[in-house]
Amino acid sequence: MTHAEFIYPSYALTIAGLLGAVAWSFVAMRRAEAAVAKERRR
Amino acid sequence: MHRFANPARFLRIARVLTPLLTLIGLGLAAAGLWIGLFASPPDYQQGDSVRIMYVHVPAAWLASGGYLGMAIASAVALVWRHPLAAIAARAIAPVGALFTAICLVSGSLWGKPTWGTYWVWDARLTSMLVLLFLYLGYLALASAEDERHGGDPAQGKGAAILALVGVVNLPIIKFSVEWWNTLHQGPSITLTKSTIDPAMLLPLMLSLAGFTLVFGGVVLMRMRAALARTRTAARGRRLAEAYA
Repeated sequence: MTHAEFIYPSYALTIAGLLGAVAWSFVAMRRAEAAVAKERRR
Repeated sequence: MHRFANPARFLRIARVLTPLLTLIGLGLAAAGLWIGLFASPPDYQQGDSVRIMYVHVPAAWLASGGYLGMAIASAVALVWRHPLAAIAARAIAPVGALFTAICLVSGSLWGKPTWGTYWVWDARLTSMLVLLFLYLGYLALASAEDERHGGDPAQGKGAAILALVGVVNLPIIKFSVEWWNTLHQGPSITLTKSTIDPAMLLPLMLSLAGFTLVFGGVVLMRMRAALARTRTAARGRRLAEAYA
């Protein structure tokens, strides 16, 4: 593949950004919703 | 619209939609990127560097589309003072900023082998950079306002006004390649026609659909997190008042 030194970094950055956004938002959501559930049990 | 803006109803719908959008989106994006990287043909002029299009174009679409969504949510928050709209605008902003950054970096990585340079002060590139600054400005202002108003996003107006003022940049981005003599090429896909070969259109459409669904799923996750934090803060305030 020609220009692989430009193609692979752009894919790596995009996939890392996409998965990072999903993981970061998922953890924040679960943490916040767990705090609500904990408050409710109190 | 007001029917779905009820937080309890929104949460019921969001709990179903969040995993659906995210998982289907990730599947479509993975298929699109795989075909784009390994199974689609190289371009007769650009060669293999055309493969960057399969990440660059969806990122550019979500950067602009996300900003439009953020501005509409801000307008709803300003006019009807609906807290869910303010939460939606704040949930869109960091994800939109991320895709704008991905669009700019992947565009630069495409520009080097194609144009011979990572960056030119071309109208399309410059207006996309302005979009990133608008997102960052919105995030900073929204964060400062939320801190000032005890974490209630419906109280602050400055960030919403900034989002609305920034909408003027969207037609500049869209039409920059037609209004000015730019290095960036014109649109390859319009509502009525496409100049892209079907073998390249398939991975582009798959990644476009996948990225859009993931964007939706991430925004819903961030809205659910913000709503949960608002509930915890409100409960804490009520308890503090009761024991005072």
